[in-house]
This record gives sequence, C-alpha cells and structure tokens, in this order.
Amino acid sequence: MDFLNTHLLSLILFFPALSAIVMLFLPKDETRLLRWFAFAASLIPFALSLALWFSFNPTAVGYQFEEKYIWYAAIGSSLHLGVDGLSLTMVLLTTLLTPLAILASFSVTDRVKPYMMLFLFLETGMLGVFMAVDLLIFFVFWEVGLVPMYFLINQWGSANKDYASLKFMIYTMGGSLGLLLGIQLLGALFGTFDLAAITTNWTSAQGFLLGFPISTVKTVIFWAFVIAFAIKVPIWPFHTWLPDAHTEAPTAGSMLLAGVLLKLGAYGFLRLVLPLYPDQAKEFAWALALLATAAIIFGAFAAYGQTDFKRLVAYSSVNHMGFVVLGIAAAALAAGTADARIAMNGAILQMFNHGLSAAGMFFLVGVIYERTHTRNLNEFGGLFPLVPIYGGILIFTSMASLGLPGLNGFVSEFLVVRGSYPILTPYTAISMLGLLFTGAYILKGIRQVLHGPMNEHWTHGEHQLTEINTREIIVMAPLMALILVIGIWPAWILNVINNAVVHLF
Amino acid sequence: MFTSTTFLSILPETLILILGVILLIVEPFWKVKDPSSGGDEQRRNAGWLTAGGLFAVLVISVLVGRPGDPTSTFGSSIRFDWLGFFFKMLFIFGAGITALLLMDHEKVGRRGEAYMLLLASTIGMCLMASAADLITLYLAIETTSIPLYVLAGFMLTDEHSTEAGFKYLLFGAMTSAIMLYGFSLLYGFTGTTNLYALADAFKSGQLAAPVMFGLIVLIVVGLGFKVSVVPFHFWAPDVYEGAPTPVSGFLSTASKAAGFAVIARLFLVVFHDVAVDWAAVFAILSAVTMTVGNLLALPQKNLKRMLAYSSIAHAGYAMIGIVAVSKLGITSVVFYLLAYIVTNLAAFGIVMTVGRVTGSDEYDAYRGLSRRSPWLALVMLAAFLSLAGMPPFGGFIAKVLVFAAGIQANYIWLVVIGILNSIVGLYYYLNVLKYVYLFRMEKEDEEAHPIAVTRPYAIALVVLVLGIILLGTVFAPWFGFSNAAAMNLF
Amino acid sequence: MTFPVLSVIVFTPLTAALIILMIPAQRKTEARGVALAAATFALLLSLWVYIQYLTQHLTGYQFVEKYDWLPMLGISLHFGVDGISAPLVLLTGVVMFTGVLISWGDNNPHVMAGIQDRPREFFAFLFILASGVFGVFASLDLFMLFFFYEIAVFPMYLLIVIWGWIQTREYAAMKLTLYLFIGSVVALVGALAMYWVAGRNTGVYTFDMLQLEKAGFSASFQNLWFLPVFFGFAVLGGIWPFHNWSPDGHVAAPTAVSMFHAGVLMKLGAFAALRVGIMLLPEGAKHWSWVIMLCAGVAVVYGAFIAFVQTDLKYMIGFSSVSHMGLVMLGLSTLDKNGLTGAGVQMFSHGVMTALFFAVTGMIYDRSHTRQIPELGGMNKVMPFAAIGFIIGGLVSMGMPGFSGFIAEFPIFLGVWQSQWLVAVIASISIIITAAYIMMNIRKVFFGKMPEKLEGHMTDVTVLDKVAITTLCVLMIGIGIFPSVMVPMVQTGVQHILTLLGGA
Repeated sequence: MDFLNTHLLSLILFFPALSAIVMLFLPKDETRLLRWFAFAASLIPFALSLALWFSFNPTAVGYQFEEKYIWYAAIGSSLHLGVDGLSLTMVLLTTLLTPLAILASFSVTDRVKPYMMLFLFLETGMLGVFMAVDLLIFFVFWEVGLVPMYFLINQWGSANKDYASLKFMIYTMGGSLGLLLGIQLLGALFGTFDLAAITTNWTSAQGFLLGFPISTVKTVIFWAFVIAFAIKVPIWPFHTWLPDAHTEAPTAGSMLLAGVLLKLGAYGFLRLVLPLYPDQAKEFAWALALLATAAIIFGAFAAYGQTDFKRLVAYSSVNHMGFVVLGIAAAALAAGTADARIAMNGAILQMFNHGLSAAGMFFLVGVIYERTHTRNLNEFGGLFPLVPIYGGILIFTSMASLGLPGLNGFVSEFLVVRGSYPILTPYTAISMLGLLFTGAYILKGIRQVLHGPMNEHWTHGEHQLTEINTREIIVMAPLMALILVIGIWPAWILNVINNAVVHLF
Repeated sequence: MFTSTTFLSILPETLILILGVILLIVEPFWKVKDPSSGGDEQRRNAGWLTAGGLFAVLVISVLVGRPGDPTSTFGSSIRFDWLGFFFKMLFIFGAGITALLLMDHEKVGRRGEAYMLLLASTIGMCLMASAADLITLYLAIETTSIPLYVLAGFMLTDEHSTEAGFKYLLFGAMTSAIMLYGFSLLYGFTGTTNLYALADAFKSGQLAAPVMFGLIVLIVVGLGFKVSVVPFHFWAPDVYEGAPTPVSGFLSTASKAAGFAVIARLFLVVFHDVAVDWAAVFAILSAVTMTVGNLLALPQKNLKRMLAYSSIAHAGYAMIGIVAVSKLGITSVVFYLLAYIVTNLAAFGIVMTVGRVTGSDEYDAYRGLSRRSPWLALVMLAAFLSLAGMPPFGGFIAKVLVFAAGIQANYIWLVVIGILNSIVGLYYYLNVLKYVYLFRMEKEDEEAHPIAVTRPYAIALVVLVLGIILLGTVFAPWFGFSNAAAMNLF
Repeated sequence: MTFPVLSVIVFTPLTAALIILMIPAQRKTEARGVALAAATFALLLSLWVYIQYLTQHLTGYQFVEKYDWLPMLGISLHFGVDGISAPLVLLTGVVMFTGVLISWGDNNPHVMAGIQDRPREFFAFLFILASGVFGVFASLDLFMLFFFYEIAVFPMYLLIVIWGWIQTREYAAMKLTLYLFIGSVVALVGALAMYWVAGRNTGVYTFDMLQLEKAGFSASFQNLWFLPVFFGFAVLGGIWPFHNWSPDGHVAAPTAVSMFHAGVLMKLGAFAALRVGIMLLPEGAKHWSWVIMLCAGVAVVYGAFIAFVQTDLKYMIGFSSVSHMGLVMLGLSTLDKNGLTGAGVQMFSHGVMTALFFAVTGMIYDRSHTRQIPELGGMNKVMPFAAIGFIIGGLVSMGMPGFSGFIAEFPIFLGVWQSQWLVAVIASISIIITAAYIMMNIRKVFFGKMPEKLEGHMTDVTVLDKVAITTLCVLMIGIGIFPSVMVPMVQTGVQHILTLLGGA
C-alpha cells in the first residue's frame, strides 16, 4: 500500500487518461463493453479520491500528498502535485461527476469509443488543474481540458455545434493567452514555476520590471489572469460563450462543463490570483464585486427571459457563479478578517454545490430532451402527471438551485452573503435582490415544464412521454443525496474547506 | 644541348604527330565498301584509332613525361613545366573525347581528314600551352586555328557550316593580325621575343605606361577572340551553331582553354609587375562577359546557341581567377577550365547524341527525353547542373574556388556580379532540364522512341560523367595538379 | 576504430539512390522496397545516434569523424553532431522513412495514391536530397556544409517539376530554386570572407568550423557579414520577407517532397543560419539580433493571418509553416538559453508536425483530387485514422500543452520575454489565430457532410500510411509528455552557443 499512499494523486490524475489509451485498443462496435469500461475506469479515481478524502488531515497546513517529478527541467518546471482543502473538494467533485456523466451518456450511440475516451481525457485535464502546484503544470492541464470539450461539443452537440464549439475554443484560448503571457513572464523572471517559490518572490518583488514600476506590471498581469479566469467562470460580460456552449453540448458535456469546468475559473482566482496579487486584488475588488453583482442580476434576468430550457439552466450558472465571485471579491478586499473567511468558505462551498445542482439540472434537461427532442419551454406544460418521479426529482434539484433552506444551495449562498455583507454592503444588497429573481426563473421553469395546462402532444402515440428510467435515477441519486446531506449537515465538508481558507487567506 | 628533358618537353606533341602519321597511312585501307547500304562502318575505325591513340598518348605522357622543375628547351622557345603539361593533358583528353563524338557524325566522322585536322589542331594547342617565345606562340596559335577553321566549315554541303567556317576564319584572321601587331611592337620596344626575358624588361620599367597599355589592349584582342570574351565574342554563337556539333564542343572547350593557358602565362609572367593596370581591365571584361553571355543565353531556344552563350559566360567566370593575380587565382582558373572542359564536352556530347536521332538542336527536340532515355537524361542533368555550379559536380567546386580567389583579392564586387550571373545561369540551365523532365512529346509514347546511344558516345559520356562527379567529390588531387600548374607562374 | 556512423548515415541514401537507379524502370515495387529498406536503415542509425547521445549524457560534438579532403585549403570531411543537430538528424531519418511509406501509394487505379509515375527516379532524387540534408546537419566543415546544402536544394527542382502539382509546378519550382540559390550564394560569399579573414588572423587557413569559432573576427567584420550570412541561409528557413517561395513550393510539391521541404529543408536553413551565422559571428548576431527578431515577429503573426484566410489546404499549411518557422527564428534572435533551446526543439517539433500535415493532406488529395477546403468534408468517416493524425498535428501546431509544440514554443516565449517583452505579446496573437484556423479547417475537412461528388470515391488510407502517421504522432506526443527526452540534449548544444556568445 505504500505505493498507493505515495502516488495517490498521480494515480487519480492519470488513471482516466491511461484507461482512455487502453480503450483505444478495444473494438469500436462493442458499445456495451466500451460504456462499462469507461464507467468502471471513472469509478476507480472516485474510489481513490474517497480514500484521499478520508486520509486527508484537515488540520495540517499546506499541501498534502505532495508528489514531484522532473518534467521540464530546462525551464524549471516539474510535475508537482499536491492537494489542500480547497483542491481536495474540487477533486472530489470532479471524480464524482465524471462517472455520473459517463453513466448519463449511456444513451449515446454515435461513435461511443471516441466519446468515452474524450470524457476520460477531460477528467484528467480537469483533475490536473486542481492538483497542480506548479504554474506551468496548471496551465498545461488548463489547456488540455479544452480539447476534449471542444470535440465533445463539436462532434456530439446539437444543431449549432460548429459555431458554439469554435466560440468556446476561441474565447477560452483567447482568455488564456493573457494567462500564458503572464506565466511566461513570471517564469522568465524567476526561472522556476513552482507555485510556492513564485508566490514568495513575486509578492515581495520590488523595483522596476521591463522598464515599468513593478506595481504597474503587476496590475497588468493581474488583469491578464483575471480575464482568463473570468472568461472561464464566466463573469459578466465575458459569459456569452457559455449559453451557446451549453445549449449545443451533449448532456453529459453540459454536466461537466457546468459542474467542473466553470469551477476551474473560480479555482484559478483562489489558487493564483489572490495569493499572487493580494494588493491588486484588494485594489480592484470593487470591480470584481461589481461584475459579480452584474452577473447575478443579469444572469437571473436573462435566465428568466429564455424559452429554451437548457439556456435557462445555462444562464442560471452565470447567476450562481456570480455568488462565488462575490465571495472572492469580498475575501480579497478584507483579507484576513473573519468576514472574509466566511465569504470564502461560502464561495468554495458554492462551487461544490453548484457543481452538484448544475450537473443535476443539465442532466434532467437532457433526460426530457432525449424523449421529446425539444427544449422549448412553450412546448412542454403539465407534464407532472405523466412523469411524476421525474417531476419530483426536477423539483428537488431546482429547489437546491433556488437556495431552499435545508438544501445545499442555501448554506453556501447564505455564507457568501453573510461574509460579504459587512465588507461590500451595497453590492451584496443588490445581489440579494438577485436571489429573488433566481426564485422567479426557477419557478418559471418548473411551471412551464411540469405544471399548467397539459400539452396533449406528449400523452399518446409515438410522442408519449416515458418516465425516467433506473439508470437515470442512479445518476441523480448521489447528487440528490449530497445536496440533502450538505444542506442538513455541512460541517463535514466545511471543516476541510475552512481549514484551507484559514491557512491560505 | 639535346637531353632527355628536351625530348620529354615535346613528348606529347611528338606522340600525336606519330599518331597522325599512322592515321594517314592506315586510313586509306578502310575503304568505303558500299556507300548505299551505309557500309562505311569501317571508316569509324579512324575515329577509334584517333581516340585510342590520344588516350594512349595521355597515359604515356602522364607516366613518363611529367615535368620536374621548370626548364626551358629549344633555345628557350619551349617551357617545360606543370602549367604547360597540365594544359596539354587537358587538350589531349578533350581531343580524344571529341574524336569519340565525331565518330558517328555521318558527315564528318567518316572521313579521315577530320581526325587529322583534329590532331593537328591539338598539337598546336599543346605548343600554345608551353610556348615561351612570342614567335613560337604565334605559330602555335595559327597551327591551332587553321585546322579549326577547316573543321568548322567541314560540311561543305551545309550552308550553316560553311558560313561558320568562313566567319570563324575572318574573325580569327583579323584578331590574330592585331595580336601579331602587338607582338611585333613588344619586340620592337624590348628587343627580345622570349617571354621570360620580356618579364625582366618590364621589371626594370623600360616602357611608358600608355605604350604598355596599348600593347596590352592589342594582345587582349587576339586572345580575347580565342576565349570569346565580350566584345570579341560575336563569332561564337553562329560558329558553334553552324559547325559540326563535336567541333563546336572542341572549340568551346579545348580551344578556349588554350587561350586561357596563353593568357595565364603571358600576363602572369610577362606583365606580372604591372598587374594593377591590366587586372582592372580584365575585371571589367570579366564582368561584362559574364553578364552579356548569360543574358543572351536566356532567350535562346536552340541548345547549341545556348551553350555558345553560356560558354562565353563561363569565360567570364574563369577570368575572375586571372583578375585575382594570385596563386589561388591561377589554381582556380586551371581547375575551372578542367571542370568546364569535362562538363561542356558532356553537354555537347548529349547534343550530338540527341541531335543525331532527332535531327534538331531546338529545345523542343528534348521533350520527354527523360522518358525516352532516362540514363541520357541523367547525364544531361549532371552536365547542366555542373555548368550551373551545383554540387556534387565539378562545376560547384570550380565556381567556389574562383569566387574564393576573387574575395581573397578583394574583388568583392566582381564576385557579387559573378553570383548574380550564376543565378541567371541556373535559371536557363534548369529551363532546359524542364524540357527534359517535365514536358512530354506531343501525342507520342516516349518509351516507344528511345534514343539510341552508340558505343563511342556511351564511352565518352560515361567517362565525362565520372569525371564531372569525381571533380566534384574527390577534388583534392585535381586541386593538387592545378596548384602545381599555378605554382610555376610565381 | 569506431564505427563511422555519421558518414554511414550521410551516404546511405546516396548509395540507395544509385542502387535504385540500377533497377529496371518497370520493377517499381523493387525500387520502393530498396527505398524503404534504406530509409529504415538510416532511421535506425540516426535513432541509435540520438539514443546514444541522450542516454550517455554526452555534450559537445560527438561521433566525430574527420578525413582530410583538400588539406591545401583546409577542407576536410568533418562530421559530428551536437545536442542541436542530433535531433535534426533523427528528424531527417523520420521524415525520410515516413516519406517513403506514404509515397508507396496505392496502385488501385481508382486511387493512384502515392508516386506511380517513375518511382525509381523519384526515390533516387529524394534520396540524393536526403543525403544532402544529413550532410548539412552532420558537417562541421563550412565548405562541406555548403556542399551538402546545395545537394539538398537542387533535387527539389526536379522533384517538384516532375511530380508536382501540374498547375503551378513550373513556376513554383523555379521560384524556389532561385530563391534558395540566391540565398546560399550570398551566404557563400560571407563564408569565403570568413575563411580568408580567419586565415589572416590565425595563420591557419581552414574551413573547419570548430577552428573558425575561435578565429577572433573583429566586431566590424562580424557586423558587416552577419546579415548576409544569416539571411542567406534563413531564406531557406522561410524568414519574412523572403518567405514567398515557400508556400508556393509546398503547394506544388508532391506529398513526400512537401514533407521533406517543410519538415526538414526549412530546418536546414534555420540550422545553417544558427551554425554559420550566429555561432561563427556571435558579435554580429548580438548587433543585429533586433533585425532578426523584427522579421521573425512579423513572420509569426503575418504567417498566421495569411494562413487563416487560405482556402487551399496546402497553402494553409504552407503559411502556417512560415509562422512556425518564424518562431524558430524568434527563438534564435533572443540569443539566450531559453530562446535557443526552444528554437532547437521547435525545429524538431515543427518538422514532425508539418510532415504529418502534408502527409495527411496528400492522402486526401490523392483520393479527392482537390485541396480546396470548401470542396472537402466528412473525411473522418472514410479515413478516421488520418483524421486523428491531422487533429494531433493541429494541436501541436496550436501549441497545445501535452504536445511537442508547447514544449518548444514555451521557452521561446520565455526567451523573448527576457529580451523584448513587446514582441512576445504581439507574437502571442498568432497562437489564437492558429487555433482558430486549425480548428475551423479540421472541422470543415474532416467533419461535416461529405460533398456529393466525393461520395463513394474516397477510400481509407493504406496500412503503410497508418504506420507513417503513427510514427509521427508518437514522436509529438512523446516529447510533449516527456520533454526530457529531447530538451536536455538540445540544452547541451545551446550551452556551447552561449559560451561563444560570451554569456553564461
């Protein structure tokens, strides 16, 4: 077991990719085999990350399970992995959602092999970002995750996939250009990419750089980083790629996109922006808060205005991620205070929670889309009597998203608001208004799908709507369980998060 | 005093003379049996005899006739040194190949006189290379020229050929008269005809600068004609086109090299101490020659004419080495001529081979050659790329050496012109290869029309191609010989 | 006596070319077989050299052989590889091997892929070219370097003119040959000047580059001659504004030749510019590095933009090569450790990548007879293997992490940051443009709907094609994931250059 203990992170990280390579040699027509293989291959990292969770020492400072391998000695970058409370949560979320997404994709029949392989590669890409303790490795996995997603949207998406996938790609790559340049500059400056070393050197850097005062340079790079992550989160006004990508992506793709990929952006704020640029973050926290508020309000309004069910859910992501950013802004402004920590805890938990509920919501949209081949809200209506179980699950998940007390969304949003209020009073106040609209659009969605006059189209004949099947329930079950558990007893996860927050900020 | 050295100094000439006599005796026995059925095959034996004999002369001379330290023989009228020897070997080689090429030229090669004229001209060239006295030199030049006039106009029934012979004669006679005038003035001012004695006279500065300049101009006219330097080049394209192809090849190679041999000896020995003056003149001549030759070669559609202009251009390149007035300069000229003779003979050999079958020297006749006869096409490729100065062929090394000498002597501008010119050259050489490799015969299956290569051509072309490649790859020994030749001038 | 591995590598293709020419014209398969055997042999030897260099942690010039060739002028046949040239020798081996594989073709009269017309001459010329390329990479003698350089250039003319794309081959071949010839002779003049001046300085007249490195050229001399020498060679490297021949040449050339051309020949230019320009004239390099940086920067961005608007697949790749070779030049112009290392790796990475691109494009063209992107589509259905290859190539081209392109481009940018940050920022625009056109074109060509007139005409690629694609992909991914299989080696070479530059 020694090997397992010392290589736990790299095992979790590379197992999906290696399985994908093994899949390459499986026959492409054996769809059942391929599906189960992929599912099994994604369960193992989940099991391992559970082991990781339980052997994690929440009270210890700094990174745990650190591993370091020579990778690119020439420029001072090494494959340096490690997790703290923050990344551990995200790793767990990723390894949980991937098997569910794969399970959700069992209905895919077109080119199963590359589809499943892309998912596994995607998982490795996402996990790598969360585990990286080296700036370059961070960037490597950041970009690596992009490619499978691009092809998932481009190949298995719906009608407007070409436009959406290219937009996704160009936005994200365009955003990461600044990040790349920033990382290059830091690397060129210090000759290493190790996060700890760079943080120490960079925050204490003085004098002139490239002929400018260092503070100017820092501000510029700060914004380069912020824009890269803001696009990924996405923060208004950089969010326009998201509804397109979500709408066109296959169901499981949307699940991971909303569940994990968006978190990469927020994680970037927490892992890189705040530690590397505390001063700039403080200076520009108001701007972040402003954008976050805008995201919350406009996201909610936009969601309300949608007639496409999936777009509605997509805009709700903008809305929900706004709270994450709000928490981050508050924490940046008042770093070190108790309020800041509360906001930060809320933001991180919100990331986790949104991962659960957004994945669930997208999956549920997918379930109904597979049966009706439409996502137009006006074409549904009164479906509850037809599909009561589905209806129940949908309502449950929506409530979590809405922030109903007792479910997880409430806990995190409350923490964010509670923490931010003393720090960013006006912004938080306006954002709380946004919560109201959140309720509005979610209820609108539920009403148009489940309630109201029944659309006779779905009651009989070939269009008869069928109930959610066992596999799909199995996909939803863990999500719902976690939603409920965190809603009722959040301490088990907050403990881990809080410890990281205390040490980090 | 008659010693073995005296004998050795004219060994090649003597052997060629003997060969000529044998030829004259034997040739009449190979009679035309039945002209109507092409039964004069036997007459080719004259060609085999000449070619074989010349190669035998070459081998014997190399084995026993190598010079030691430079010596003067025959009352100082002959100089026995490496410069002369090396050039002699070149001429004999060129003549031998020309004999092979002549053999299957129906109108020329089946007549013994042609070979006799060739031998006579070769003897003249050999003397040119070793002449150390103005009178010997002039006689040698005329001995070379007169048979060539006849050879150029050998095809009496062909008006182009007659025109070529006549034109060559008129130009040759005129320029040689001017040169002779120059020689006589030289004698008049210094009282000696011996080149080495003349050199001493110049060292002591007897002559006024304008006089010297005049003298040099007069001599340059004569020799410029021989090596077809612009503006004395007008005869070349017409003569080359009209003359029987192997004769054109001989004219453009051995005859030109003989001119250079004389230029090298005359200017480096006699006028060495006033080099500054004539080097500048030669530099300009070289630049103009290269440029005019190459530019005029560009629009040509007839391969023989194109080769004529390109050979003018090559004279220009070779001259860079003379301009440099240095050991490396002369070495490079000698090497250049060596590479050039081998390469250009190969080019003319192909023109001959193809022209014999197609009856035309136009570019169009070369369409689809690479399919009709892939090997011939490859030989052509090697020859033309060597002319263009591409490795691994001799032309590349030659060009690099010439340019290196130019740069060493600080004639950067001349080298730059040379480079620009070699680019133009590359263009038109490749243009021909395009016909060979790219274009197809119209409505014909090329593979049904192979080009027959008779044995003498095959031998000549194989020898030449091997030579081209050897010169371009294992260049050390050839450089060594060239260097040894050049050393004798300093 | 040790095995003269480098001269065997250099002369193997040449020998094979002669053997191939001896085979009767009708026996095409035998000609191909000999070609493949020779290519495999050369590949294995170059791989052996590479692995030896890598695993024994060698530095400096290794596997050195020296034979006097023309002692009077100080010319010797002097072979040796350092950390920069060893990967390039391997690259040549790889491209040669895969080039033969994909030229084998498919004799099915409906397909007629690969080279069916006169394969004997084709392989012979191609191999003469390969010998020249090997020779340049291995030569430590300036004269021999030129010698092999020219040998590598002239067969291009024939290869393009004879087997090229019928519409532009005459024009493109002539343009290419003239550009390259002009460049090389200009550099030649510079080299000869070096020879004389070094001789006067040291009293030893030699073309040996190891000695010329120590010749102590004066600063004014270096400043005068650096630009002609560097640009003379860099023409072959496709440097802006002398890049014009390159896309035309790519387009007109047959597949294997495009692979050689973009994959190896352009590296030849960059390599020679480095070895002769920067290493022998370091002061001049320092003095003029801004000019190179400027030209390279323009090439990077401009090439990407032009590639973006192309509708011909091969033109797109051709211009993307200009852009990527611009990155190599950019790396060279930094004259520092990171930039030079990146340039070294980029040469290899781009070589493999572009060879793959051209290989796949050729496979498509052979079957569809068009390279117009709007006329293509849905290729993924018939040739999924080729599609995957092209996509991987595309990702490398975009500089996607996990592939060799990233490993190469990252240090280049690091280097540029250290010398001119603004250039780094501007040049980085190309990354996003590249991503855009690569992704767009991959989608259009490989996915989407296959045009009706191609339906039924398309066949999958042959097994040999797949071997070629796999070989190339493995290299790109391998280096991307394990940079230490190449980078430390390149660094040893860079270290030597830095010493010459007087730096660390």
